[in-house]
Amino acid sequence: MDMTRRDFFKLTGATAAAAALTAVGVRKVAASTGEPLRIKYSKEYHTICTYCGVGCGIICHVQDGIIVNAEGDPDHPISEGTLCSKGSSIFNATYIYDEKGRPRLNPARLTNVLYRAPRSDRYEVRDWDWALTEIAKRIKDTRDRTLVQTVDVGGRTVTVNRTNAINWLGSAWCTGEENYLFHKMCRAMGVINLDHCARL
Amino acid sequence: MAQAMCLIDTSRCIGCRGCQAACKQWNQLPAETTTFTGSYENPPRFSSDTWCRVAFREHGDNGRVDWLMSKQGCMHCTDAACMQACPVGAIYRTAFGTVDIDQVKCIGCNYCVVACPFDVIGFDRRTNKARKCTFCIDRLENGLQPACAIVCPTRSITFGDASDLVPEAMIRADRLRAAGRVNARIYGLDELNGTAMLYVLTDAPEKYGLPADPEVPLQTRISNVIFRPLRLVVVVAAVFGLWATRSRSKQLEQARTESK
Amino acid sequence: MTNHWNDYQHSDVIMAIGGNTAENHPISMKWIGRARGRKGAKLICVDPRYNRTAAVADLYVPIRPGTNIAYLGGLINYILQNERYHKEYVEHYTNASFLVNENFSFDENTGLFTGAEPDPVRNATKYSMQDWQYQTDAQGNIRKDPALTDPNCSFQLLKKHYSRYTIDNVSRITGTPIDVLEQSYSLYSSTGQAGKAGNILYAMGITQFTHGAQNVRAVAIVQLLLGNMGIAGGGVNAQRGQSNVQGATDMAMLYHIIPGYNPCPQQGAHPTLADYLARTTPQKNWWSNRPKYIVSLLKAFYGANATAANGFGYQWLPKLDGLDHSHIPAYKYMRDGEVEGLICVADNPLVGGSSSRAKLGYQKNLKWLVSIDVVENETASFWKGPGMNPAEIDTEVFILPAAFSYEREGEKANSGRWIQWMWKAQEPPGNAKADLWIVNEMFKKLQTLYQAEGGTVPEQITMMSWDYDGPDGQIDIVKVCREINGYRVNDGSLVTNFVGLQDDGSTACGNWLYSGYYNNLESPATKKRIRETEGLGFHKDWSFAWPLNRRIVYNRASCDLQGKPWNPDAPVIWWDAAQGRWVGNDVPDIPGAWSFEYSTENPFIMLPEGVGRLFSIGYQGIGGLLDGPFPTHYEPADSPVPNLLYPQATYNPVSQRFYEDHTVETDEERQRYPHIATSYRLVEHYQSGSVTRNQPWLVEMMPEMFAEISEEHAEELGVKNGDMLIIESKRLYKDGEQGHIRARACVTRRIQPLMIDGVRRHVVGMPFHWGFMGMSTGDSANDLTPSVGDPNTTIPEYKAFLCNVRRA
Repeated sequence: MDMTRRDFFKLTGATAAAAALTAVGVRKVAASTGEPLRIKYSKEYHTICTYCGVGCGIICHVQDGIIVNAEGDPDHPISEGTLCSKGSSIFNATYIYDEKGRPRLNPARLTNVLYRAPRSDRYEVRDWDWALTEIAKRIKDTRDRTLVQTVDVGGRTVTVNRTNAINWLGSAWCTGEENYLFHKMCRAMGVINLDHCARL
Repeated sequence: MAQAMCLIDTSRCIGCRGCQAACKQWNQLPAETTTFTGSYENPPRFSSDTWCRVAFREHGDNGRVDWLMSKQGCMHCTDAACMQACPVGAIYRTAFGTVDIDQVKCIGCNYCVVACPFDVIGFDRRTNKARKCTFCIDRLENGLQPACAIVCPTRSITFGDASDLVPEAMIRADRLRAAGRVNARIYGLDELNGTAMLYVLTDAPEKYGLPADPEVPLQTRISNVIFRPLRLVVVVAAVFGLWATRSRSKQLEQARTESK
Repeated sequence: MTNHWNDYQHSDVIMAIGGNTAENHPISMKWIGRARGRKGAKLICVDPRYNRTAAVADLYVPIRPGTNIAYLGGLINYILQNERYHKEYVEHYTNASFLVNENFSFDENTGLFTGAEPDPVRNATKYSMQDWQYQTDAQGNIRKDPALTDPNCSFQLLKKHYSRYTIDNVSRITGTPIDVLEQSYSLYSSTGQAGKAGNILYAMGITQFTHGAQNVRAVAIVQLLLGNMGIAGGGVNAQRGQSNVQGATDMAMLYHIIPGYNPCPQQGAHPTLADYLARTTPQKNWWSNRPKYIVSLLKAFYGANATAANGFGYQWLPKLDGLDHSHIPAYKYMRDGEVEGLICVADNPLVGGSSSRAKLGYQKNLKWLVSIDVVENETASFWKGPGMNPAEIDTEVFILPAAFSYEREGEKANSGRWIQWMWKAQEPPGNAKADLWIVNEMFKKLQTLYQAEGGTVPEQITMMSWDYDGPDGQIDIVKVCREINGYRVNDGSLVTNFVGLQDDGSTACGNWLYSGYYNNLESPATKKRIRETEGLGFHKDWSFAWPLNRRIVYNRASCDLQGKPWNPDAPVIWWDAAQGRWVGNDVPDIPGAWSFEYSTENPFIMLPEGVGRLFSIGYQGIGGLLDGPFPTHYEPADSPVPNLLYPQATYNPVSQRFYEDHTVETDEERQRYPHIATSYRLVEHYQSGSVTRNQPWLVEMMPEMFAEISEEHAEELGVKNGDMLIIESKRLYKDGEQGHIRARACVTRRIQPLMIDGVRRHVVGMPFHWGFMGMSTGDSANDLTPSVGDPNTTIPEYKAFLCNVRRA
């Protein structure tokens, strides 16, 4: 414990040749905690950070189907294991540690379909089938009443099949496959009020 | 035995706080409730749940601005005041040359919290133990870099062996001085006989909110001399601790009002 | 981005303008740092605030919000006057030598180009553009002057246009000290030579203005003059703010396009498929392939129902009415009662949209609202918002719980166009579902309903090909990928890339640009994870970059006329005379059928004229801007000063203005709102904050809404650090109620008053991440921002507006 600065240098100098520690990893020395690393028995899944447009790689460590750790992917050629504060906190989007330090689901995460009736002051929990059926009815009702089928352009009847009564705001948060299907759905409904975060 | 080290080059720090979040993420630390007090810096101080913080300090005059950012946390000192202060030997030097608190041995007397010249140790009211940065000892033991180092986008935090990083730090400080940052220096080589967090600073340590001349407090030295050999007299020590805590908290309060 | 993140390591000078890259794209600093370490690269930060990027930059250039064109115009003038441009590049790879119609002119008094006429529909100005064209000879060939001396050539017109942008004039407008302007111009223009690479990176501080598209044009002109396009370490690099904003744009989540950057059909110009193809397909170069992409897209949309006889289902695509349908007017249509339903997918316009507080009231007119998100956001729960009385709001709200990014699979395209695959790590919590599942089930319900009950033009819905269920009755993502990638209709085999697409209905492809990303089912290109061990760091076996896995677009321009790289130290591609073909570190941006000579004459393959545009010719369905061939300094809509360059001009005359009495117009109002405000993001929060304001670790770091003001300003206001401020703008909350937000004061040296034409002006900076829902609540800066838009894109002017500040 009572090392002098000279000792400090001596110690470090002695190990230079041994190269026990390098910038990429360290040799295992005697374990003091005695417990296995908390991600030792987890499976690794590669994902891409969901925030900015850099596209950093993140490894999710999953145990029993639950993410226990999410950190930078050292193999990723752009980020090389590094992340910013948002990327490093991505675990927090789903799980938080309470005041006792125990992990629990982030209470802000939605886990149920919610419905607010006209003039109501609260949401009610509903099931998917009910909600999707009702939404389809609302879309159909609005679209059937408002779809413009043809217009006259300089004496010529042009088929336009559009409605101005539905707005769709998409997302730069969704994947390419999701956006492709959203786009397809919009055009099938005759939606022309279509926009996403690129403008917002 | 090797000396693990993090070289913290403040000239590269962009204040993204990846390290601050990664520390909480890996070490499973809950968030604290904070308010905006006029600076990007938050939480305002270290605690049992905050082991790593990025400090933001503004300086400059005549329209010139210097916005200094730096990752701060336990320095893992050679002359570690906390180790000297601990009456039960719960604070020890690891095989990597870092300083750790044995959570089983810790009796929660708070001496280390008071003694630390960098104010980085927090008292955990849930367990009545002192907690601080472990240098991610669990990761080191398994061949992984500390969470704060691996995450740093600009390699402002570089992990490695002291034998590589001390000369590297010297080169970097020289380079900064040659580039006109005349006050650039190394911090953590002479201080407390060397610290495992070695800084390359572009300016004086006080400008980063680091003590200019950190030392083991007098109280700790006395305590170490008087009480340590006896390994008892806990009651006396507690009284002594109260005195030390009070004087220390006054300093802390003062520092808080000055910090921005 | 024309280039990509790793490529920054090859830059010699990097200019971050209108983008706080250290804050919003921290990992970019890794590659900028590498350029600095490897080759002593310099970083210039041009920004109204001394921000996190400025803190580590070699040169900080303060600038008044909304005056980027003045700054960049000054740079163009400096490059031309001091002959810092890359002469061979400019002569051969740009339209510098092309002669422009003799009738073209610009009035330096009014600030208008020829062809200006009133636009009664928009109550603004529009241009006829008929004189913004090249001169042609009898055979239709463009007339040129290789000596670049003809007064009507693009080069001379450019020189004349920017001769007013002297350093003195620029300094008066931008408030930048003269010596700093000179330093930055000199440093950046040092890249105008072979072997040097200058990189301009930007974000919303360039685009979110009533002259945003012209800001980007100004960046492009600088890069063309300096020969920085197509080379390693160069480029016009738009740093995207969201993980898949590139991809969502590629997939056309925008009213005016359909997937792959094809225009959405207009009722006037494109009544039939034949009209559409005739009017949007140029004779020359890449877009001459458009019919193959459109017909393949229609086959992907309508499947077997799309036949040559029915125009491949073209009649079912909605046709636009010539009006704007982006989010600002779409909310105006909502205010006017035209809109009944809103479907909002992971989007939160009540925080992220302009004049967001006013929009809160407009949503009361909705009959129904569907929100698909991972958290309850402000847009969905607008009825809980400030001033709202739920008992008076009839809107039905459906909230569908979605999966977080690591709870779903699929690809996202980053700024560098890398289409990277995300693997699913865990199931979403509770009853939450991935958006892919949600959209599939939603549409199936709708299609079934129309099949059962009929309705208005049911074919538009029932004819849409929608078969993505796997054997388990759940969505099978591979089926979607296959359709986007493209396949042959007869046997269903995947096409290798878009070269295999046809215009006869024999191929189907959902997005030609993505063709090749899922080129085989076993190990599709998008899922590749092989790092490059040597080379330029292009990592071409890591994921797939559109188009054709090309990492730097227009890379023919990285070589000289003989096909040798301008910079042999970072060679992108080169001509191999022995093999008689192009080879190199990247996929050549040269169609295989092109001769060497043709490729040399047409390095910019997407443009019919084949070269970069210094002068931007009138709109022909591809390129060309609505508000002028040259970027011109106009003030923001909320302007603190008159236009110092053009006495009769103020803001962009062509800009999109939707509301009366919405921006600051009079001197009396300028006194009431005297300070220049700008909005921005923080690294700790994401966009509207709905996700990050619910994450304790991030809230701990940035707990509250704040506004940054200078020490001088704080002293005038009698405000201390951390005090509560009230900030007001001309935007109303609702009729008669003054728009204002509350924010904590961040008194800082990093904000300095600017001298604008001799008068000291205060700048106020505000993040916009806060709203009334979630763990951390507060006001959004967007409550104050104006709903005025760029004429080309209708992006709102978030980054420059006027405000008043007082103590709460």
